Amino acid sequence: MTEVYLDNNATTQVAPEIIEAMMPFFEKLWGNPSSMHTFGGQVKKHVEQAREQVAALIGAEPSEIIFTSCGSESDNMALRGAADAAGGWPHIITTRVEHPAVLTPCRYLEKQGYRLTELEVDSLGRLDLDPLKTGLRDSAAIVSIMWANNETGVIFPIGEIAEIVKGAGSLLHTDAVQAVGKLPIDVSKTPVDMLSLSGHKLHAPKGVGALYVRKGTKVNPLIMGGHQERGRRAGTENVPYIVGLGRACELAAQNMEEEAIRVAAMRDRLEAGILKSCPDVRVNGDRQNRLPNTLNVSFEFIEGEAILLSLNELEVAASSGSACTSGSLEPSHVMRAMGVPFTAAHGSIRFSLSRYNTEKDIDYVLEHLPRVVARLREISPFVR
Amino acid sequence: MWDYSEKVKDHFIHPRNVGVIENPDGEGEVGSMACGDALRLTFKLDESGRIADVKFQTFGCASAIASSSALTEIIKGMTLKEAEKVTNRDIADYLDGLPEQKMHCSVMGREALETAIRNYRTGSTAKKELESRVVCACFGVTEREIERVILENGLSTVEEVTNYCKAGGGCGGCRDDIAEIISRVRGEPAKAEAPPPIQRKLTNIERIKLVEETVEREIRPSLRQDGGDIELIDVEGNRVLVSFRGACAQCVAAEVTTKEVVEARLREFVSDDIVVEEVKP
Repeated sequence: MTEVYLDNNATTQVAPEIIEAMMPFFEKLWGNPSSMHTFGGQVKKHVEQAREQVAALIGAEPSEIIFTSCGSESDNMALRGAADAAGGWPHIITTRVEHPAVLTPCRYLEKQGYRLTELEVDSLGRLDLDPLKTGLRDSAAIVSIMWANNETGVIFPIGEIAEIVKGAGSLLHTDAVQAVGKLPIDVSKTPVDMLSLSGHKLHAPKGVGALYVRKGTKVNPLIMGGHQERGRRAGTENVPYIVGLGRACELAAQNMEEEAIRVAAMRDRLEAGILKSCPDVRVNGDRQNRLPNTLNVSFEFIEGEAILLSLNELEVAASSGSACTSGSLEPSHVMRAMGVPFTAAHGSIRFSLSRYNTEKDIDYVLEHLPRVVARLREISPFVR
Repeated sequence: MWDYSEKVKDHFIHPRNVGVIENPDGEGEVGSMACGDALRLTFKLDESGRIADVKFQTFGCASAIASSSALTEIIKGMTLKEAEKVTNRDIADYLDGLPEQKMHCSVMGREALETAIRNYRTGSTAKKELESRVVCACFGVTEREIERVILENGLSTVEEVTNYCKAGGGCGGCRDDIAEIISRVRGEPAKAEAPPPIQRKLTNIERIKLVEETVEREIRPSLRQDGGDIELIDVEGNRVLVSFRGACAQCVAAEVTTKEVVEARLREFVSDDIVVEEVKP
């Protein structure tokens, strides 16, 4: 059992309240919500209640929520479904720092003949909106820009982006997987057309997500062969998980404001403590405009995987943008897009907190991390 | 999840022989911070020519640190003749194996040892001899190095070559090239070679055009991959003036400098007397 879990942007602990809400749908209410008989049919109202709970968290109408299997499916459906439905969008605009669940479908569509523009970010991970305006002047486009970045926590100005995109008569999707439950989101005020969210980032289990599709937006289904989700996503509903996602959204709506303050205070203490106790450290990303739970720091002269394995031995779980952990030989695409020097990108560590972290966790990391860093620097040839 | 043997973990957490020997008999440094791992090895011989002491410093992941530590334990007490025979396999075996995608860590150990021995014998302090064509521009891997990991480890796929020496792990532009080297080294029928280009003196305009094309097609993609870029400033006879942007401008630690890679590429595609000069923007 990990002592201190600081990898909540990867996945979160399932809340006990959510497990409790889900259990009856394994044990007793396991019928098919599409059935004519009462045993199955009675389950449907629970799916609809979950739909209302999800809609309420983001200011949507329940009919605008489509349940999916995960955030990646939501992203794929938004991009490929919209491209397929309209055909009138020859241009796709996204950013260089999107999650692969957005970037990969965009590049797939590029191979299908769409023009693709990937917007640049600056060294703090902030988006330059001028190329977006220019890009939209030429032609209408499907625009997909994340609400907040999973690696750095940097928040993009989706409100401003939505005005630009809608003003140009184009379509806007946002991958809000990291933002939902951490930031207030209200699609009745922020005119995005589609928004992806994922259950396991807000204390529901893995295997459930949702796509918000604004009324009137044309999106073709990815999965065909059933009338479920009003024909937009076939497949028998994953009832227990959908109920879990609904409960997660309800809990987030109740606790978000208070938790954001508490979590941000712990994150800030962790950041200040690291900056104070370890020399040659830099924070990656815009500190003024960041998710309350995320801290991305680079330790110069040492490599991220070595830091992570050392932390792992101390039963601390975090993640890194280093080459050795990215599954490739190069540091993360987000670090590279920001132009983080290689020396720093290889030594980048992401700490991401949740409501389940305590002040004790922060104390523990601050007690041990400086020693881990100092030890690896003793081995490093670059510390002279 | 980490798939390291207990021995790797042990050598990572308790690395042997960390440090630098003052006034060493041999010293070798390979890798770079930009590439994600680097190793500095120093040794001292006793009167009988055996390695009496050896120390290392490593920047890299856990398996890079463990591989360096293992290397020093293996070669301690060996003559240089014996040490020369140590292969990357020996390092990996000493550690009860390394995950496939981490095998390049053991290769880095062997390279550092060779560089240090060469330094002892010739006084050369070069990080690496550019003894043959650079195939992978992203990681500065030469044709000879690729041939060697194929032969020493019995590799048969491009993916394996990438795991063992990183070649092909960046922009991927050299993967076809690596596949050809594999089939040649393994004695399988290689593709018929294209007829050699007609060697005649290029006109100035032809030369400039060819330089431009080569930069565009062969060089820029791999630099862009790393968030860098190159700008062609001028071509004067065989002198090509360039400046580097973004990540490439600061990649001073690279074992094969970006300038050298660009020069090797241009020599290959344009003419073999090209000299690249870097102009600060």
